[in-house]
Amino acid sequence: MTTKRPGFLVYGLLSAVLLASVFPLYFSFVVASKDNSAIGDRVPPLIPGGNLFANIARVFDTVDFWLAIQNSLIIASTVAVANVLLSSLAGFAFARLRFRGRDSLFLIVVGTAMVPTQLGVIPLYMLMSELDWYGQLQAVILPALVGALGVFMMRQACEETVPHELIEAARVDGCSVLRTFFTVALPAIRPQAAVLGMLTFMTAWNDYFWPLIVLDPNDSPTVQVAVSTLASGYYTDYSLMLTGATLGVLPVIALFLLLARHIVGGIMQGAVKG
Amino acid sequence: MAAPVTDSPLRTPQQPPSRKRRWPLARLDTKVTPYLFVAPFFLIFGAFGLFPLLYTAWVSLHDWQLVDGQQGFVGLANYYALFGDPNFYNALGNTVSMFLLSTIPQLLAALGLAALLDRGLRGRTFWRAGLLLPNVVSVVAVALVFTQIFGRDFGIVNYLLELVGLDRVNWQADTWSSHLAVSAMVMWRWTGYNALLYLAAMQSVPKDLYEAATVDGASRWRMFWSITVPSIRPTILFTIVVSTIGGMQLFVEPTLFDPKGASGVGGSDRQFQTLTMYLYEKGFRLFDAGYASAIAWVLFLVVLIFALINFTLARRIASKG
Repeated sequence: MTTKRPGFLVYGLLSAVLLASVFPLYFSFVVASKDNSAIGDRVPPLIPGGNLFANIARVFDTVDFWLAIQNSLIIASTVAVANVLLSSLAGFAFARLRFRGRDSLFLIVVGTAMVPTQLGVIPLYMLMSELDWYGQLQAVILPALVGALGVFMMRQACEETVPHELIEAARVDGCSVLRTFFTVALPAIRPQAAVLGMLTFMTAWNDYFWPLIVLDPNDSPTVQVAVSTLASGYYTDYSLMLTGATLGVLPVIALFLLLARHIVGGIMQGAVKG
Repeated sequence: MAAPVTDSPLRTPQQPPSRKRRWPLARLDTKVTPYLFVAPFFLIFGAFGLFPLLYTAWVSLHDWQLVDGQQGFVGLANYYALFGDPNFYNALGNTVSMFLLSTIPQLLAALGLAALLDRGLRGRTFWRAGLLLPNVVSVVAVALVFTQIFGRDFGIVNYLLELVGLDRVNWQADTWSSHLAVSAMVMWRWTGYNALLYLAAMQSVPKDLYEAATVDGASRWRMFWSITVPSIRPTILFTIVVSTIGGMQLFVEPTLFDPKGASGVGGSDRQFQTLTMYLYEKGFRLFDAGYASAIAWVLFLVVLIFALINFTLARRIASKG
């Protein structure tokens, strides 16, 4: 619809929405930089104060935030790397290899996206305690190693960017299928694989429900669980709570700002087109 | 892409010998490797997705305590108890209410935003990234910030209400107000994301449709409803189904909106306890795995039914447009 250049009204509306998108984050930061008593002011605080570092220190005193960060980093990076690798392998096979049952297997992959994983948490919990994995990171990592969305995205990526001719040329030269994948397919889909890696990293970093259940909540299991325990004290310390929230969000925001263009592109590419 | 080159008559003469000479296992490789490539997905899904879901059904037929283990087969007793349980209907009602309150305005707003974004803006990436930003923030952070914004004594929303001469609201205390606050969190996080999906679809609508309509003198509003919306119907259906599945499993936002933290009860009178929260309460607070599993299966069916109803409804509405 480019009959007319968008006018002042369009930019005004979008600016308002953008402001609403950013405001809660900004507010979280403002409270994080204040003394807790500032919350009791009649007018809600809107300008940052000078207490940010004191509050950060309090977060690290209250919960073992270093351990939580370390755990979250291990979980999120393992999950991201595994997703990229396993989804690319499967996506490449579905897009460019020929094997019996390919289409029906792919349909099953798409169908699994409809199965809400939350509903299996009770047996999953039993399984993890049976394996003696309660409180251990692999209990969070293993179920998230690969997902339908990733396979779907990487299949799309291979169909768009890996030419049949190149694969055939590699085969003629005597490449094994695995080597063809690494030398031909993977370099071609690198941009989309990076987006998938980012998205799965963020999802794993932000996950709350399953880590809350399967990790020991008293042991600062992941950043999100640790942040939520800051909120559950008898007396609610808002600046402590929102300092934790801000700290937990920062790495993801930093990554997002760095790669925003690619992430936006990746999400739009994954969309079902009309 | 061209047809698979294996069928190309030009290369067949030299191809098999060269392949055999370089690697004797090449044939086996082509046959078996594809299965190895897709196997991890099916193994992981089978072990941690499908098996738990099916095993939940088995557990739900037992008196099964999370700590003491299996206490015997009870048939459908857990389900009978569930259907006579007022807390279950309360949680079901809350879930549906919050789902509707968040999804309908959210998708309409996303549609409007996408239409704005679709108009050759300056600084495209800036606007798009700004709208997506809430989506990358953790739900825990969103819930905590919004709980503060909707605070009774010092929250911004109440401050603004007072500023325009209205009464303060104790957001957690009542059913409708707590549902509104939780829905606001969901909307804030997902509207931009859905807008981007709609935008992607809108950009593949053929431009000559609009040109023809412009020649016919159609207004922008008219074109939006009779060209854009029907053209992006598959995406709209997709977002409706995905929002349904997500909305029916709402957990973190209402859980953290509770001042008592992770008890999972959803307010003093369970006024914002969702089905997933009830499942969590029964399973991981009261350790009644059998009952919680029955909730899980009923929830699964509710999700399916709602996804189906919404799908059918949306398709009918969209095809009328």
